[in-house]
Amino acid sequence: MTAYVLSDTTTLTGRSLRHILRSPDTIITTAVTPIALMLLFVYVLGGAINTGSDESYINYMLPGILLITIASGIAYTAYRLFLDMQGGIFERFQSMPIPRPSALWAHVLTSLVANLASIVIVTGVALIMGFRTGASVANWLAVAGILILFTLALTWIAVIAGLSAKTIDGASAFSYPLIFLPFISSAFVPTDSMPGPVAWFAENQPVTSIVNTLRALFAQQPVGNDIWIALIWCAVLLVAAYAAATAIYRKKIS
Amino acid sequence: MTTNTREPAIRVQAITKSYKDLHVLRGVDFDVAAGSIFALLGSNGAGKTTLVRILSTLLKANTGTAIVHGFDVSSAPGDVRKSISLTGQFAAVDEVLTGRENLVLVAKLRHLANPAAIADDMLARFSLTDAGNRRAATYSGGMRRRLDIAMSLVGNPPIVFLDEPTTGLDPQARIEVWQAVRQLAKDGTTILLTTQYLDEAEQLADRIAILHKGTIIQNGTLAELKQLLPSAKVEYVEKQPTLEDVFLALVSDASDAADGAAVPAGEESR
Repeated sequence: MTAYVLSDTTTLTGRSLRHILRSPDTIITTAVTPIALMLLFVYVLGGAINTGSDESYINYMLPGILLITIASGIAYTAYRLFLDMQGGIFERFQSMPIPRPSALWAHVLTSLVANLASIVIVTGVALIMGFRTGASVANWLAVAGILILFTLALTWIAVIAGLSAKTIDGASAFSYPLIFLPFISSAFVPTDSMPGPVAWFAENQPVTSIVNTLRALFAQQPVGNDIWIALIWCAVLLVAAYAAATAIYRKKIS
Repeated sequence: MTTNTREPAIRVQAITKSYKDLHVLRGVDFDVAAGSIFALLGSNGAGKTTLVRILSTLLKANTGTAIVHGFDVSSAPGDVRKSISLTGQFAAVDEVLTGRENLVLVAKLRHLANPAAIADDMLARFSLTDAGNRRAATYSGGMRRRLDIAMSLVGNPPIVFLDEPTTGLDPQARIEVWQAVRQLAKDGTTILLTTQYLDEAEQLADRIAILHKGTIIQNGTLAELKQLLPSAKVEYVEKQPTLEDVFLALVSDASDAADGAAVPAGEESR
Protein backbone atom coordinates (compact mmCIF):
# COMPACT_ATOMS: atom_id res chain seq x y z
CA MET A 1 0.00 0.00 0.00
CA THR A 2 2.86 2.36 0.78
CA ALA A 3 3.93 2.03 -2.83
CA TYR A 4 0.97 4.20 -3.71
CA VAL A 5 1.60 6.99 -1.21
CA LEU A 6 3.21 9.16 -3.84
CA SER A 7 0.81 8.50 -6.71
CA ASP A 8 -2.28 8.79 -4.51
CA THR A 9 -1.03 12.00 -2.92
CA THR A 10 -0.41 13.38 -6.39
CA THR A 11 -3.88 12.39 -7.56
CA LEU A 12 -5.54 13.95 -4.52
CA THR A 13 -3.40 17.09 -4.74
CA GLY A 14 -4.48 17.42 -8.36
CA ARG A 15 -8.05 17.27 -7.17
CA SER A 16 -7.75 20.07 -4.62
CA LEU A 17 -5.62 22.21 -6.94
CA ARG A 18 -8.48 21.93 -9.40
CA HIS A 19 -10.76 23.29 -6.67
CA ILE A 20 -8.52 26.34 -6.44
CA LEU A 21 -8.36 26.80 -10.19
CA ARG A 22 -12.16 26.72 -10.29
CA SER A 23 -12.42 29.33 -7.55
CA PRO A 24 -9.34 31.53 -8.01
CA ASP A 25 -11.11 34.10 -5.82
CA THR A 26 -9.61 32.29 -2.82
CA ILE A 27 -6.14 33.30 -4.01
CA ILE A 28 -7.24 36.81 -4.88
CA THR A 29 -9.01 37.41 -1.57
CA THR A 30 -5.94 36.07 0.19
CA ALA A 31 -3.85 38.69 -1.59
CA VAL A 32 -6.31 41.60 -1.30
CA THR A 33 -5.97 42.23 2.45
CA PRO A 34 -2.16 42.32 2.46
CA ILE A 35 -2.19 44.58 -0.59
CA ALA A 36 -4.66 46.94 1.11
CA LEU A 37 -2.46 46.98 4.22
CA MET A 38 0.54 47.69 2.06
CA LEU A 39 -1.22 50.65 0.41
CA LEU A 40 -2.36 51.91 3.80
CA PHE A 41 1.03 51.68 5.43
CA VAL A 42 3.05 52.99 2.52
CA TYR A 43 0.85 55.87 1.40
CA VAL A 44 -0.98 56.82 4.62
CA LEU A 45 0.90 55.82 7.76
CA GLY A 46 4.38 55.13 6.48
CA GLY A 47 5.38 58.79 6.15
CA ALA A 48 5.05 59.25 9.89
CA ILE A 49 6.87 56.06 10.86
CA ASN A 50 10.53 56.35 11.68
CA THR A 51 12.13 52.96 11.09
CA GLY A 52 15.58 54.19 11.98
CA SER A 53 17.00 52.90 8.71
CA ASP A 54 17.49 54.56 5.35
CA GLU A 55 15.54 51.81 3.55
CA SER A 56 12.33 52.87 1.86
CA TYR A 57 9.30 52.01 3.99
CA ILE A 58 7.96 49.45 1.53
CA ASN A 59 11.27 47.62 1.66
CA TYR A 60 11.00 47.71 5.43
CA MET A 61 7.48 46.30 5.69
CA LEU A 62 7.24 43.82 2.81
CA PRO A 63 8.51 40.84 4.90
CA GLY A 64 5.71 41.37 7.44
CA ILE A 65 3.16 41.74 4.66
CA LEU A 66 4.26 38.42 3.18
CA LEU A 67 3.76 36.70 6.54
CA ILE A 68 0.30 38.24 6.82
CA THR A 69 -0.45 36.89 3.35
CA ILE A 70 0.44 33.38 4.47
CA ALA A 71 -1.49 33.71 7.74
CA SER A 72 -4.63 34.70 5.87
CA GLY A 73 -4.07 32.15 3.11
CA ILE A 74 -4.03 29.16 5.43
CA ALA A 75 -7.54 30.05 6.62
CA TYR A 76 -8.66 28.63 3.29
CA THR A 77 -6.71 25.46 3.93
CA ALA A 78 -8.68 24.88 7.12
CA TYR A 79 -11.86 25.81 5.28
CA ARG A 80 -11.26 23.35 2.44
CA LEU A 81 -10.30 20.56 4.82
CA PHE A 82 -13.35 21.22 6.95
CA LEU A 83 -15.64 21.01 3.91
CA ASP A 84 -14.04 17.72 2.87
CA MET A 85 -14.51 16.27 6.33
CA GLN A 86 -18.15 17.40 6.40
CA GLY A 87 -19.03 15.99 3.00
CA GLY A 88 -18.99 12.29 2.41
CA ILE A 89 -15.95 12.46 0.17
CA PHE A 90 -13.38 11.85 2.91
CA GLU A 91 -15.30 8.81 4.07
CA ARG A 92 -15.21 7.52 0.54
CA PHE A 93 -11.44 7.99 0.44
CA GLN A 94 -11.07 6.32 3.81
CA SER A 95 -13.06 3.28 2.74
CA MET A 96 -10.78 2.93 -0.28
CA PRO A 97 -7.29 1.43 -0.31
CA ILE A 98 -5.61 4.84 -0.14
CA PRO A 99 -2.69 5.38 2.23
CA ARG A 100 -4.14 7.32 5.17
CA PRO A 101 -1.70 10.27 5.13
CA SER A 102 -2.31 10.99 1.44
CA ALA A 103 -5.58 12.82 1.98
CA LEU A 104 -3.99 15.22 4.47
CA TRP A 105 -0.80 15.74 2.50
CA ALA A 106 -2.85 16.63 -0.56
CA HIS A 107 -4.36 19.52 1.38
CA VAL A 108 -0.98 20.56 2.72
CA LEU A 109 0.65 20.62 -0.72
CA THR A 110 -2.33 22.48 -2.16
CA SER A 111 -2.01 25.03 0.62
CA LEU A 112 1.64 25.49 -0.24
CA VAL A 113 0.92 26.08 -3.94
CA ALA A 114 -1.98 28.46 -3.23
CA ASN A 115 0.03 30.49 -0.72
CA LEU A 116 3.03 30.76 -3.01
CA ALA A 117 0.71 32.03 -5.74
CA SER A 118 -0.66 34.70 -3.38
CA ILE A 119 2.87 35.65 -2.34
CA VAL A 120 3.89 36.09 -5.96
CA ILE A 121 0.91 38.40 -6.53
CA VAL A 122 1.64 40.47 -3.41
CA THR A 123 5.33 40.72 -4.27
CA GLY A 124 4.39 41.82 -7.78
CA VAL A 125 2.23 44.63 -6.40
CA ALA A 126 5.04 45.60 -4.04
CA LEU A 127 7.41 45.88 -7.00
CA ILE A 128 4.94 48.20 -8.72
CA MET A 129 4.75 50.27 -5.53
CA GLY A 130 8.51 50.69 -5.49
CA PHE A 131 9.87 47.71 -3.62
CA ARG A 132 13.48 47.18 -4.71
CA THR A 133 16.06 44.65 -3.70
CA GLY A 134 19.51 43.75 -4.87
CA ALA A 135 19.10 40.27 -3.43
CA SER A 136 21.16 37.58 -5.12
CA VAL A 137 19.69 34.30 -6.35
CA ALA A 138 20.97 32.64 -3.18
CA ASN A 139 19.22 35.31 -1.08
CA TRP A 140 15.99 34.81 -3.01
CA LEU A 141 16.24 31.06 -2.50
CA ALA A 142 16.77 31.60 1.22
CA VAL A 143 13.72 33.90 1.31
CA ALA A 144 11.66 31.29 -0.56
CA GLY A 145 12.89 28.54 1.75
CA ILE A 146 11.91 30.41 4.89
CA LEU A 147 8.51 31.37 3.46
CA ILE A 148 7.88 27.74 2.49
CA LEU A 149 8.86 26.53 5.94
CA PHE A 150 6.63 29.15 7.56
CA THR A 151 3.76 28.21 5.24
CA LEU A 152 4.15 24.53 6.10
CA ALA A 153 4.19 25.26 9.83
CA LEU A 154 1.07 27.43 9.64
CA THR A 155 -0.59 24.97 7.26
CA TRP A 156 -0.31 22.16 9.78
CA ILE A 157 -1.84 24.48 12.37
CA ALA A 158 -4.63 25.05 9.86
CA VAL A 159 -5.01 21.28 9.51
CA ILE A 160 -5.60 21.06 13.27
CA ALA A 161 -8.28 23.72 12.96
CA GLY A 162 -9.86 22.13 9.91
CA LEU A 163 -10.00 18.72 11.56
CA SER A 164 -11.30 19.81 14.93
CA ALA A 165 -13.61 22.71 14.06
CA LYS A 166 -17.30 22.23 14.70
CA THR A 167 -18.49 24.96 12.36
CA ILE A 168 -17.26 26.49 9.16
CA ASP A 169 -16.65 29.81 10.92
CA GLY A 170 -14.59 28.12 13.57
CA ALA A 171 -12.48 26.50 10.88
CA SER A 172 -11.23 29.83 9.60
CA ALA A 173 -11.46 32.05 12.71
CA PHE A 174 -8.31 30.52 14.20
CA SER A 175 -6.25 32.43 11.65
CA TYR A 176 -7.19 35.91 12.95
CA PRO A 177 -4.66 35.90 15.80
CA LEU A 178 -2.03 34.65 13.37
CA ILE A 179 -2.81 37.52 11.01
CA PHE A 180 -2.41 39.91 13.93
CA LEU A 181 0.89 38.53 15.14
CA PRO A 182 3.01 40.53 12.66
CA PHE A 183 1.53 43.79 14.00
CA ILE A 184 3.07 43.08 17.39
CA SER A 185 6.49 42.45 15.91
CA SER A 186 9.22 44.32 14.12
CA ALA A 187 7.24 44.06 10.88
CA PHE A 188 5.89 47.63 10.76
CA VAL A 189 7.72 49.59 13.43
CA PRO A 190 10.96 48.93 15.33
CA THR A 191 10.28 47.05 18.56
CA ASP A 192 12.25 49.54 20.69
CA SER A 193 9.49 52.10 20.13
CA MET A 194 7.03 49.87 22.05
CA PRO A 195 6.41 49.95 25.84
CA GLY A 196 8.40 47.39 27.85
CA PRO A 197 6.17 44.29 28.07
CA VAL A 198 4.91 44.69 24.50
CA ALA A 199 8.46 45.11 23.23
CA TRP A 200 9.48 42.00 25.15
CA PHE A 201 6.66 40.01 23.55
CA ALA A 202 7.45 41.43 20.13
CA GLU A 203 11.11 40.55 20.37
CA ASN A 204 10.48 37.01 21.55
CA GLN A 205 7.73 35.88 19.21
CA PRO A 206 8.49 34.00 15.99
CA VAL A 207 7.44 36.70 13.54
CA THR A 208 10.13 39.18 14.56
CA SER A 209 13.04 36.85 13.88
CA ILE A 210 11.52 35.77 10.57
CA VAL A 211 10.83 39.37 9.52
CA ASN A 212 14.35 40.46 10.50
CA THR A 213 15.85 37.57 8.54
CA LEU A 214 13.83 38.28 5.42
CA ARG A 215 14.60 41.98 5.66
CA ALA A 216 18.32 41.31 5.96
CA LEU A 217 18.21 38.91 3.02
CA PHE A 218 16.41 41.46 0.84
CA ALA A 219 18.83 44.21 1.91
CA GLN A 220 21.89 41.95 1.42
CA GLN A 221 22.93 42.43 5.00
CA PRO A 222 24.24 39.78 7.38
CA VAL A 223 21.36 37.79 8.86
CA GLY A 224 23.15 37.21 12.16
CA ASN A 225 21.47 35.03 14.77
CA ASP A 226 17.99 35.90 13.54
CA ILE A 227 18.01 33.28 10.81
CA TRP A 228 18.73 30.50 13.34
CA ILE A 229 16.05 31.72 15.70
CA ALA A 230 13.67 31.97 12.75
CA LEU A 231 14.47 28.47 11.55
CA ILE A 232 14.14 27.01 15.04
CA TRP A 233 10.77 28.70 15.53
CA CYS A 234 9.53 27.40 12.17
CA ALA A 235 10.83 23.89 12.83
CA VAL A 236 9.35 23.72 16.32
CA LEU A 237 5.98 25.01 15.15
CA LEU A 238 6.04 22.63 12.20
CA VAL A 239 6.90 19.53 14.23
CA ALA A 240 4.46 20.34 17.03
CA ALA A 241 1.59 21.16 14.67
CA TYR A 242 2.33 18.13 12.49
CA ALA A 243 2.34 15.81 15.50
CA ALA A 244 -0.88 17.26 16.86
CA ALA A 245 -2.61 17.22 13.48
CA THR A 246 -1.73 13.62 12.67
CA ALA A 247 -2.74 12.52 16.18
CA ILE A 248 -6.13 14.21 15.77
CA TYR A 249 -6.50 12.75 12.30
CA ARG A 250 -5.72 9.23 13.48
CA LYS A 251 -8.22 9.57 16.29
CA LYS A 252 -10.80 10.94 13.94
CA ILE A 253 -10.61 8.23 11.30
CA SER A 254 -10.33 5.08 13.38
CA MET B 1 -29.00 -20.59 9.30
CA THR B 2 -27.51 -23.89 8.25
CA THR B 3 -24.11 -24.37 6.71
CA ASN B 4 -23.44 -22.75 3.42
CA THR B 5 -21.60 -24.49 0.66
CA ARG B 6 -19.94 -21.22 -0.26
CA GLU B 7 -18.02 -19.10 2.18
CA PRO B 8 -20.21 -16.12 3.10
CA ALA B 9 -19.06 -12.80 1.63
CA ILE B 10 -19.67 -11.08 4.95
CA ARG B 11 -19.69 -12.73 8.36
CA VAL B 12 -20.59 -10.64 11.37
CA GLN B 13 -20.23 -12.19 14.81
CA ALA B 14 -21.14 -10.67 18.16
CA ILE B 15 -20.27 -7.13 17.13
CA THR B 16 -20.79 -4.52 19.82
CA LYS B 17 -20.22 -0.78 19.75
CA SER B 18 -20.88 1.70 22.51
CA TYR B 19 -20.27 5.39 22.96
CA LYS B 20 -19.89 5.79 26.69
CA ASP B 21 -23.30 4.81 28.04
CA LEU B 22 -24.95 4.65 24.65
CA HIS B 23 -24.98 1.05 23.42
CA VAL B 24 -25.48 1.36 19.69
CA LEU B 25 -24.78 -2.27 18.80
CA ARG B 26 -25.33 -4.96 21.43
CA GLY B 27 -24.09 -8.12 19.74
CA VAL B 28 -24.94 -8.34 16.07
CA ASP B 29 -24.61 -11.62 14.15
CA PHE B 30 -25.41 -12.38 10.54
CA ASP B 31 -23.95 -13.79 7.35
CA VAL B 32 -24.36 -12.48 3.84
CA ALA B 33 -24.10 -15.06 1.07
CA ALA B 34 -21.85 -14.15 -1.84
CA GLY B 35 -23.71 -12.62 -4.75
CA SER B 36 -26.87 -11.87 -2.79
CA ILE B 37 -28.65 -8.68 -1.78
CA PHE B 38 -28.96 -8.42 1.97
CA ALA B 39 -31.11 -5.71 3.47
CA LEU B 40 -30.59 -4.37 6.94
CA LEU B 41 -33.90 -2.91 7.93
CA GLY B 42 -34.33 -0.62 10.86
CA SER B 43 -35.69 2.69 12.01
CA ASN B 44 -33.53 5.76 12.55
CA GLY B 45 -31.05 5.21 15.32
CA ALA B 46 -31.22 1.42 15.13
CA GLY B 47 -27.48 1.26 14.48
CA LYS B 48 -27.49 0.54 10.74
CA THR B 49 -24.99 3.21 9.80
CA THR B 50 -22.71 2.32 12.70
CA LEU B 51 -22.64 -1.27 11.50
CA VAL B 52 -21.91 -0.27 7.91
CA ARG B 53 -19.12 2.01 9.09
CA ILE B 54 -17.59 -0.87 11.05
CA LEU B 55 -17.81 -3.20 8.06
CA SER B 56 -16.23 -0.61 5.78
CA THR B 57 -13.32 -0.02 8.21
CA LEU B 58 -14.31 3.55 9.09
CA LEU B 59 -15.04 2.64 12.68
CA LYS B 60 -13.71 0.01 15.05
CA ALA B 61 -16.06 -2.28 16.95
CA ASN B 62 -15.62 -2.68 20.70
CA THR B 63 -15.90 -6.47 20.60
CA GLY B 64 -16.82 -9.16 18.10
CA THR B 65 -15.45 -10.01 14.68
CA ALA B 66 -16.42 -9.09 11.19
CA ILE B 67 -14.99 -10.86 8.15
CA VAL B 68 -15.48 -9.18 4.80
CA HIS B 69 -14.42 -11.04 1.66
CA GLY B 70 -12.31 -13.31 3.84
CA PHE B 71 -10.49 -10.48 5.63
CA ASP B 72 -10.92 -9.37 9.21
CA VAL B 73 -11.94 -5.71 9.34
CA SER B 74 -9.80 -4.94 12.37
CA SER B 75 -6.65 -6.89 11.54
CA ALA B 76 -6.62 -6.51 7.74
CA PRO B 77 -8.43 -3.25 6.98
CA GLY B 78 -6.28 -2.61 3.91
CA ASP B 79 -7.39 -5.86 2.26
CA VAL B 80 -11.00 -5.16 3.18
CA ARG B 81 -10.78 -1.74 1.54
CA LYS B 82 -9.56 -3.36 -1.66
CA SER B 83 -12.60 -5.63 -1.71
CA ILE B 84 -15.37 -3.21 -0.87
CA SER B 85 -16.96 0.00 -1.80
CA LEU B 86 -19.11 2.23 0.34
CA THR B 87 -21.92 4.48 -0.73
CA GLY B 88 -22.66 6.46 2.37
CA GLN B 89 -25.85 8.10 3.45
CA PHE B 90 -24.86 11.43 1.95
CA ALA B 91 -23.71 11.47 -1.63
CA ALA B 92 -19.91 11.42 -1.53
CA VAL B 93 -19.24 13.26 -4.74
CA ASP B 94 -16.91 16.19 -5.27
CA GLU B 95 -19.25 18.99 -6.24
CA VAL B 96 -16.55 21.17 -7.73
CA LEU B 97 -15.49 18.48 -10.17
CA THR B 98 -17.55 17.32 -13.12
CA GLY B 99 -19.17 13.92 -13.14
CA ARG B 100 -16.47 12.60 -15.43
CA GLU B 101 -13.67 14.04 -13.27
CA ASN B 102 -15.19 12.42 -10.20
CA LEU B 103 -15.12 9.04 -11.88
CA VAL B 104 -11.60 9.54 -13.25
CA LEU B 105 -10.47 10.49 -9.74
CA VAL B 106 -11.78 7.26 -8.24
CA ALA B 107 -10.37 5.18 -11.11
CA LYS B 108 -6.95 6.74 -10.56
CA LEU B 109 -7.13 6.16 -6.82
CA ARG B 110 -7.95 2.52 -7.53
CA HIS B 111 -4.89 2.45 -9.81
CA LEU B 112 -6.83 1.22 -12.82
CA ALA B 113 -5.53 1.43 -16.35
CA ASN B 114 -7.29 3.88 -18.63
CA PRO B 115 -9.34 5.93 -16.14
CA ALA B 116 -10.92 8.04 -18.90
CA ALA B 117 -12.44 5.03 -20.65
CA ILE B 118 -13.74 3.67 -17.35
CA ALA B 119 -15.33 7.04 -16.60
CA ASP B 120 -17.06 7.16 -19.98
CA ASP B 121 -18.31 3.63 -19.55
CA MET B 122 -19.74 4.42 -16.11
CA LEU B 123 -21.36 7.63 -17.33
CA ALA B 124 -23.09 5.63 -20.05
CA ARG B 125 -24.15 2.88 -17.64
CA PHE B 126 -25.79 5.39 -15.32
CA SER B 127 -27.28 7.60 -18.05
CA LEU B 128 -25.06 10.52 -17.16
CA THR B 129 -23.19 10.88 -20.45
CA ASP B 130 -24.86 14.19 -21.30
CA ALA B 131 -24.14 15.59 -17.85
CA GLY B 132 -20.61 14.18 -17.72
CA ASN B 133 -18.90 17.50 -18.31
CA ARG B 134 -21.04 19.47 -15.91
CA ARG B 135 -20.03 20.09 -12.33
CA ALA B 136 -21.66 17.70 -9.90
CA ALA B 137 -23.00 20.71 -7.98
CA THR B 138 -25.47 21.28 -10.81
CA TYR B 139 -26.86 17.73 -10.63
CA SER B 140 -30.29 16.86 -9.28
CA GLY B 141 -30.50 14.64 -6.21
CA GLY B 142 -31.13 11.55 -8.30
CA MET B 143 -28.25 12.26 -10.68
CA ARG B 144 -25.93 12.89 -7.76
CA ARG B 145 -26.95 9.60 -6.21
CA ARG B 146 -26.37 7.79 -9.51
CA LEU B 147 -22.94 9.38 -9.83
CA ASP B 148 -22.23 8.40 -6.23
CA ILE B 149 -23.12 4.79 -6.92
CA ALA B 150 -21.20 4.83 -10.21
CA MET B 151 -18.12 6.04 -8.31
CA SER B 152 -18.55 3.18 -5.88
CA LEU B 153 -18.61 0.66 -8.69
CA VAL B 154 -15.46 1.80 -10.43
CA GLY B 155 -13.09 -1.14 -10.37
CA ASN B 156 -15.92 -3.63 -9.78
CA PRO B 157 -15.46 -4.29 -6.07
CA PRO B 158 -16.94 -7.69 -5.15
CA ILE B 159 -18.81 -6.27 -2.16
CA VAL B 160 -20.81 -3.05 -2.09
CA PHE B 161 -22.30 -1.32 0.95
CA LEU B 162 -25.19 0.99 0.29
CA ASP B 163 -26.23 3.00 3.32
CA GLU B 164 -29.79 4.22 2.79
CA PRO B 165 -29.25 4.62 -0.94
CA THR B 166 -32.65 6.12 -1.66
CA THR B 167 -33.27 8.33 1.35
CA GLY B 168 -34.30 11.75 0.15
CA LEU B 169 -34.84 10.72 -3.47
CA ASP B 170 -38.00 11.24 -5.43
CA PRO B 171 -39.89 8.11 -6.52
CA GLN B 172 -38.41 8.03 -10.01
CA ALA B 173 -34.84 8.41 -8.82
CA ARG B 174 -35.58 5.70 -6.32
CA ILE B 175 -36.63 3.30 -9.04
CA GLU B 176 -33.49 4.15 -11.02
CA VAL B 177 -31.34 3.29 -8.03
CA TRP B 178 -33.25 0.06 -7.55
CA GLN B 179 -32.62 -0.91 -11.14
CA ALA B 180 -28.92 -0.21 -10.73
CA VAL B 181 -28.81 -2.36 -7.59
CA ARG B 182 -30.60 -5.25 -9.29
CA GLN B 183 -28.23 -5.08 -12.23
CA LEU B 184 -25.26 -5.19 -9.89
CA ALA B 185 -26.54 -8.26 -8.12
CA LYS B 186 -27.17 -9.91 -11.45
CA ASP B 187 -23.51 -9.39 -12.27
CA GLY B 188 -22.50 -11.22 -9.13
CA THR B 189 -21.76 -8.38 -6.70
CA THR B 190 -22.65 -8.94 -3.07
CA ILE B 191 -24.73 -6.05 -1.79
CA LEU B 192 -25.47 -5.08 1.77
CA LEU B 193 -27.94 -2.26 1.87
CA THR B 194 -29.54 -0.51 4.79
CA THR B 195 -32.92 1.04 4.54
CA GLN B 196 -35.74 2.31 6.63
CA TYR B 197 -38.22 1.71 3.82
CA LEU B 198 -39.99 -1.60 4.11
CA ASP B 199 -40.91 -1.68 0.45
CA GLU B 200 -37.30 -1.16 -0.55
CA ALA B 201 -36.22 -4.25 1.36
CA GLU B 202 -39.19 -6.12 -0.06
CA GLN B 203 -38.35 -5.09 -3.62
CA LEU B 204 -34.66 -5.78 -3.60
CA ALA B 205 -33.45 -8.12 -0.95
CA ASP B 206 -32.83 -11.85 -1.05
CA ARG B 207 -32.63 -11.78 2.71
CA ILE B 208 -33.79 -9.22 5.20
CA ALA B 209 -32.50 -8.71 8.72
CA ILE B 210 -34.29 -6.42 11.10
CA LEU B 211 -31.97 -4.43 13.30
CA HIS B 212 -33.70 -3.05 16.34
CA LYS B 213 -32.09 -1.35 19.31
CA GLY B 214 -28.68 -2.72 18.43
CA THR B 215 -29.49 -6.37 17.77
CA ILE B 216 -30.85 -8.42 14.90
CA ILE B 217 -34.32 -9.43 15.98
CA GLN B 218 -35.21 -11.32 12.79
CA ASN B 219 -33.29 -12.57 9.79
CA GLY B 220 -34.78 -14.43 6.85
CA THR B 221 -36.17 -14.30 3.36
CA LEU B 222 -39.23 -12.20 2.75
CA ALA B 223 -41.36 -15.36 2.67
CA GLU B 224 -39.92 -16.53 5.97
CA LEU B 225 -40.54 -13.19 7.59
CA LYS B 226 -44.11 -13.16 6.35
CA GLN B 227 -44.71 -16.57 7.91
CA LEU B 228 -43.92 -15.14 11.31
CA LEU B 229 -47.34 -13.60 11.38
CA PRO B 230 -50.57 -15.61 11.61
CA SER B 231 -51.56 -17.18 8.31
CA ALA B 232 -52.79 -14.86 5.67
CA LYS B 233 -56.44 -14.09 5.85
CA VAL B 234 -58.47 -13.48 2.79
CA GLU B 235 -60.11 -10.13 2.53
CA TYR B 236 -61.73 -8.45 -0.40
CA VAL B 237 -60.51 -4.92 -0.78
CA GLU B 238 -61.27 -2.58 -3.60
CA LYS B 239 -57.89 -2.09 -5.30
CA GLN B 240 -57.16 1.58 -5.46
CA PRO B 241 -54.04 3.02 -7.02
CA THR B 242 -51.62 4.35 -4.46
CA LEU B 243 -50.59 7.96 -4.78
CA GLU B 244 -47.19 6.68 -5.88
CA ASP B 245 -48.79 4.74 -8.77
CA VAL B 246 -50.66 7.86 -9.81
CA PHE B 247 -47.65 10.11 -9.52
CA LEU B 248 -45.39 7.80 -11.47
CA ALA B 249 -47.93 7.25 -14.21
CA LEU B 250 -48.53 10.97 -14.56
CA VAL B 251 -44.91 12.02 -14.71
CA SER B 252 -43.43 9.01 -16.50
CA ASP B 253 -44.71 9.98 -19.89
CA ALA B 254 -46.75 13.12 -19.86
CA SER B 255 -46.52 13.40 -23.64
CA ASP B 256 -47.93 9.96 -24.30
CA ALA B 257 -51.57 10.82 -23.85
CA ALA B 258 -52.72 7.57 -25.42
CA ASP B 259 -51.19 5.76 -22.52
CA GLY B 260 -54.10 6.78 -20.34
CA ALA B 261 -54.68 3.18 -19.38
CA ALA B 262 -51.68 3.43 -17.13
CA VAL B 263 -53.69 5.73 -14.94
CA PRO B 264 -56.57 3.71 -13.61
CA ALA B 265 -59.78 5.61 -14.08
CA GLY B 266 -59.82 7.67 -10.97
CA GLU B 267 -62.21 6.99 -8.17
CA GLU B 268 -60.38 9.85 -6.61
CA SER B 269 -61.85 12.99 -8.01
CA ARG B 270 -59.53 15.72 -9.03
